[in-house]
Amino acid sequence: MTIEAQYGVPTVAMHTDKFDRVVRSVAAVNGMAELRQVFVPQPVMGKSARELRAYVDGRDPLTGRPVMQEVIEGLTIPFDGRGVGAVEYDRSTPRMVEPDTEENLHHLFMENRWTDYLPIVLPTEERVGAMLARTRRKPGEVVGRMRPTHFREAWEYTVEKVAVNAVMAGARPAYFPVILALAATGVSARGSTTSSMAAMAVVNGPIRNEIKMNAGTGAMAPYNHANATIGRAYGLLSQNLQGGSVPGLTYMGSQGNNYAYNSITFPENEERSPWEPFHVQHGFRATDSTVSVFSGCRATAYTLGLREKHWREHVRNMLRGMDPHIPPVLVLDPITARQFIDRGGFTKKDALIDWVYDNARMPAGEFWDYQLVQNYLYPRATFGEEPWATKLQAAPDEMIQMFKREDIHVVVVGGETNGYWRIMGATYAKTISVDDWR
Amino acid sequence: MSTGETITVLNPMGFAPKVVDKPLAPRLSTLDGKTVYLVDCRFDDSDVFLKQVQAWFGEHLPSVHTVFKPISSVYLKDDPATWEEIKSKGDAAIVGVGH
Repeated sequence: MTIEAQYGVPTVAMHTDKFDRVVRSVAAVNGMAELRQVFVPQPVMGKSARELRAYVDGRDPLTGRPVMQEVIEGLTIPFDGRGVGAVEYDRSTPRMVEPDTEENLHHLFMENRWTDYLPIVLPTEERVGAMLARTRRKPGEVVGRMRPTHFREAWEYTVEKVAVNAVMAGARPAYFPVILALAATGVSARGSTTSSMAAMAVVNGPIRNEIKMNAGTGAMAPYNHANATIGRAYGLLSQNLQGGSVPGLTYMGSQGNNYAYNSITFPENEERSPWEPFHVQHGFRATDSTVSVFSGCRATAYTLGLREKHWREHVRNMLRGMDPHIPPVLVLDPITARQFIDRGGFTKKDALIDWVYDNARMPAGEFWDYQLVQNYLYPRATFGEEPWATKLQAAPDEMIQMFKREDIHVVVVGGETNGYWRIMGATYAKTISVDDWR
Repeated sequence: MSTGETITVLNPMGFAPKVVDKPLAPRLSTLDGKTVYLVDCRFDDSDVFLKQVQAWFGEHLPSVHTVFKPISSVYLKDDPATWEEIKSKGDAAIVGVGH
């Protein structure tokens, strides 16, 4: 789109047919509905040159016309006059929904894809007002902007809009500052990536106990009202405030991700952790209340405890099982956190992170052959971006570090019923003050 | 169960930006003698695919000069150096493959 609109070069974009709706929609919302687009079958990935030549020689699966004829015409046939002027489309969203019965409104919300298909609480003015009463911020104040993908336009939202979604999720008004802070991150919990991402939200500071969140037994499971509904609110506000999360249009996760129902929302167990809290590691005071968001959350490795003889090998094996494109977040029960100190002497989280960084290694040849490394890291390496450029110089059998040190994180949660722990493949995005949204 | 009474609720959707139509580039009258850049977005074997497009031009429209050009980084980043090159040295572009 950039090369066509900003540089004035006639362009045809080629896609696979599964992306028909999404690419046409992206072009339209970027003011280029007439952008010439040609489709070939899905997938391109993994096909041989011969198979792909058959795509080129074949027909567009959507139009039935020869692919290359469409390409040539796309570059040479003039536009019919549409799509070449400066036209503005006002798509302002009404504040209210047309009055109706509760039954019909529940049906409408589901038909409009405003829910996660679980029952919601209808956002009446009274309920939304109760939510708004728990922040000093004005209802009309802009909280942020969000979008499902890099290519889509960002939508904007206010405090009131966040409150509407918080009510729908069943959240209590006392939780609202946490939900506002999540909205203020601008990080969508409904990202539209074919890899089926979910978000993870970690709450730190006094707010955890003020609203009775659970950092102990079952913290990451459906056993606490605040954990459950704050996480659900994060998902609902993401899909509605960013302009939707509709499969084939604004959501392209091939398999989907069950973590998305609750966005893995839990408080860190600061009281039982032997280390400084996560938010303190990121520049906040222990007395500050914050929420930290991560994205990815597709891959999870787990084990029980740390065995005296081979714990290093076991942890290395877990790390080797992660896709090297997404860094590891160690989610440790307090028992295991203390075991890491006993076994490895990691009296600081940073010392454990250093160890993980140095021990998560694989042969360079294997590393560079991962599809996601090819897609996202190899291009950056070839143009000199570090540390990837240096790693690219390694011999194929040289053991190179899989992750950047600053991308590795550790969080402590759990009720010490046992020393189970897991590694979540997730990318840390940011930490936001909850106190700013009280 | 519904009582049949109507109630009023708030709309949960955010605010979309205004969409402004952007001008598209004038099309070429012919590709004969023109330079067409095949822009590889470096995603999921798109390079293999675009080289087949390049082969097609060589066989069917040899008068078209094609240039295979990978973008400078990942598709998530703007690439003004590549766009400038195409604008100054090329006449048209084919970008692929969006999955």
